[in-house]
Order: sequence, then C-alpha cells, then structure tokens
Amino acid sequence: MDLAFFGVQLLNGLQYGLLLFLIASGLTLIFGIMGIINLAHGAMYMIGAYLVYDLNLRLGNFWLAIVVAVPIAVALGLIIERLFLDTLYKRDHLYQVLLTFGLILVINEVQRIIWGGDVHSVAVPSPFDTSLQLTSNLQYSVYRLFLMGVCLALAAVIYWVIRHTRLGIIIRAGAVDRDMVEGLGINVRTLFTLIFSAGVALTAFAGMIAAPLSTIAPGMGDSILITCFVVVVIGGIGSIKGAFWGAILIGMAETFGSVLIPSLASMVIYLIMAAVLLVKPRGLFA
Amino acid sequence: MTAQQQIIPLIDACNLHTYYGESHVLHGVDLTLMPGETLSLLGRNGMGKTTTLRSILGFVPPRYGEVRIKGVPAAKHRPWQLIRQGIGYVPEGRGIFPGISVREHLIMAARPNDRGESPWTLERVLDTFPRLGQRINHDGSFLSGGEQQMLSIGRALTTNPDMVILDEATEGLAPLIRDEVWKIIHEIKASGIAAIIVDKNIDNLLEVAEKHILLVKGEVIYSGGSKGLEDDPAILETHLGVA
Repeated sequence: MDLAFFGVQLLNGLQYGLLLFLIASGLTLIFGIMGIINLAHGAMYMIGAYLVYDLNLRLGNFWLAIVVAVPIAVALGLIIERLFLDTLYKRDHLYQVLLTFGLILVINEVQRIIWGGDVHSVAVPSPFDTSLQLTSNLQYSVYRLFLMGVCLALAAVIYWVIRHTRLGIIIRAGAVDRDMVEGLGINVRTLFTLIFSAGVALTAFAGMIAAPLSTIAPGMGDSILITCFVVVVIGGIGSIKGAFWGAILIGMAETFGSVLIPSLASMVIYLIMAAVLLVKPRGLFA
Repeated sequence: MTAQQQIIPLIDACNLHTYYGESHVLHGVDLTLMPGETLSLLGRNGMGKTTTLRSILGFVPPRYGEVRIKGVPAAKHRPWQLIRQGIGYVPEGRGIFPGISVREHLIMAARPNDRGESPWTLERVLDTFPRLGQRINHDGSFLSGGEQQMLSIGRALTTNPDMVILDEATEGLAPLIRDEVWKIIHEIKASGIAAIIVDKNIDNLLEVAEKHILLVKGEVIYSGGSKGLEDDPAILETHLGVA
C-alpha cells in the first residue's frame, strides 16, 4: 500500500465514520435519554435515501429535493413518537423493541409499495460532481469531501448545542436521570418529542446526503442499523462524544479492514466492540 | 369566606392510599401545607415518608385520595407540571447529575415564579452558598456530600419556589456541615418559603417546623404542633426511638 492509496482509504474511512456519526448520534440520544431502543432507526436512513431519490426525479434538483425531504423526515419522527411510542414509555423495553421491530417491517413494506424492489441511484449533484487530482494516478470525489464538511459542521452544531445551551444541559442530565429532570419542573414529554424527531431527521438526512454515493435498495437501513448499534455501544450509550469517536473508529476499521484483511472484514467491528467492552464495559465515554 | 381573601393551601393531600404493585404502602395519609409554613414528616425508615412526597408530586400517583397543589387537582397533571406550581424539590440522594458542572446545575432549571418574580438569582444563590461559588466549574458529582446537598438546595431555589421539599437533606453529612445545612434551612424559612422536611434530627425539626406529621406503617399517628410532641415524649420514643 503506497502513501497515496493509504491517504485515500484514510479519507474514505473518515467520510464513512462521519456519516455513521450522524446516524448514531440520533440513536444514542433516543436510547440514552428516552430509554427507547429504536430498531426502526436504520429504516429511517433508508427512507431518507428513497425520499431524495424520488424528489430528485420529480423536482429535477438534488438540493431542492433535500430541502423538501428534511421536513417530511421531521414530520415522520413526530408522528411515530406521538402515535406509537407515547403509549409505551412506561412499559418494559421488550414492548418498545417489538414496536420498533414492527415498524421496520411496516416501513420496508411501504417502501416496496411506493418504490418497488428495484435498486436505484442518484447522480452526484453539481457543483460537486468532479474529482480532485491527488497524485498523478489518484483522484478523490469532491462530493465526498463536501459530505465530510457537512457532517463535521453538523457535528459541531450538535456539540455546541449539547455543551453550551440550556437545552444541552437538560439533554445530558436526562441521559443520567430522567425523573430528576422532571422533578425540576422540566417538560420531559416535549424533550422526548424533540429528541426523537431530531434523531430521526438526522438519520434520514444521512440517508439523503449519502444517496449519491450509495446503492439505494430495499433493506439498506438494516445493515447500517447494526453498525450504528456497535458505534453506540463502543462510545457509551447516551454519549454524543462517544458516538463521534466510536463512529470514526468503526468507519476506519471497516474501511481498512476490507482493504487489508478482506477475509476478516465482516468480523472486525465486532472484535473491536468486544475488545472495548472488555476494557471499558460501559463504553469509551459513558 | 370572610372579607379577607381565603388562603389556598400550597399542598392539600387528602386520604392518600398508595400502592407499589400489590403492596399497600400509604393508608389514608392527610397532609396540608399552608404558605410560609414549615412542616416535618417524621417516621422510621420504610414508614412511607418518601412515598408520601412522591405521591404528592405525582411520581407514584395514589390509587385513592386526592392531592391539590395550590388548588389544582394533581391527578390531571404530570409531575413536572405540579413542580411548576412552585415546588423546589430536593430529593433523597440529592439528584446531582454527573458530568454537569455546578454552574450548569444552577442554570438548568432557573425560572421566575408564577408571579413573574425572580428573587433567587444565581448571584443570591452563590451568596447563600459561597462554597458553590468556589467550585462553580467543577463537575457536580466530584463535590463533597455537603457541597452536593447545598447544590441540590441551591438548584431548587433557582426555580424561585413558594415551597421546598427536602427529603433527608442532612443524611450522611458531618456534624459541622449538617449545622450549615440547618442554618440554610432557617434562612429559607425566614425568606418566607414554605417547606416539607424529612429528617432524622428531631431536635432541629422541633426547632424549625411548626407542624409535624408522624408516619407509622403508612398511617398518620400524630399530626400537630411541636408542643404536642414535646409534651408527650413517649410518642417519639416509641416510634422514632429517641428519648
């Protein structure tokens, strides 16, 4: 492996890790604060990709498609939280697992009804549909660089909200002790709705901006869900910082794993998870 | 009703029966807290003191009986809405959040009271608890037990409450720190805030509270002023094991 090739893999790993962070941050907040194991999180990633595919065809503009798709994703999050989860907060985790697993089946089926079982793709939008010449024989997609920038900017915004706003204090406190937050007269119900919609919007948005780089196919959210659970467990449940570093670690591991040791590639992230849990049973940043 | 405006109790709990699953914990507890009043809730461990408080706040709603907070029926509201009626809650175990600084604890719930006034500014809380000022950027969970207790009380005061609920506020504290906390409780009382206090230090309670409720196995066996308890030491000896 020469240095340029290594550099490209490093960028790919970083880009994949940052995308994973967008998905995992929503998952970890929903899990950490609301105590909800949202198995349908990956399905919302898929919905994001299909929404942007569909709207891109109708509107003829990728950026316009995203502008329209994001509010739809927020609305879907609101509906799911108010209509389904609201009745289950006082129940055991098992009920929530059953519900959100049921949601995966429903969402996958709705996807098939609307968009069918075919595989689709979205063209890389202008002005980022070019490549950067890294060395004489290596190029790198400008859209990938743009995607990294967007993910980093969103990560910075999330970090700022969590660290420096009153809402952020309440979110961090809620991840530790919900009842005590309510005991301070804070409306935990609204906080839940906000967190869930924001989490769903983030994962759907990840699906949207990743669409030009991915194969849009039925069930595409299922494998990313498992990877994101690994990220959340490694980083520590409820920790945004953990989700960030966990995502970067897993992004790198998957990318380099498939290049360096293809035969073990599918196992690498689980081996890392096992190793982390042996040393830090509650995750890196819990 | 007289020409004078009728005073609505801050808390009016009537005939509370609370269950944990099938186990019947409270057997008809009555409790009334008037504005500016300090009330002590006495009883050995496991007699239902914390359950009474949690029933009033709606965390463990009573199966029978009624709670009114400033005249508002509690059954129709969630705990946070009841707390917003002007309750500063200092729970057993202090409720300090790890990873959250002293300053953040003191701003996270800060709000004016229901008349739009904010007598308890961050500055006033820090004046009342100078130790917190010295540790303002420390992680709340790294404070000593006494400092955490002060932080919990300080945080309750930033909500500008009309009443505070102090559940075991001096438990596990060194005698000197405990005295400091009692001094603060007297200051809170002097500022006109009503209080319900659960504590094991009877002498301090007899001094600060004008009304006492003694719980035995979820039933009220004494409800009245300090004089009744002082005149009948046998009650305390039998039910609290103090002479």
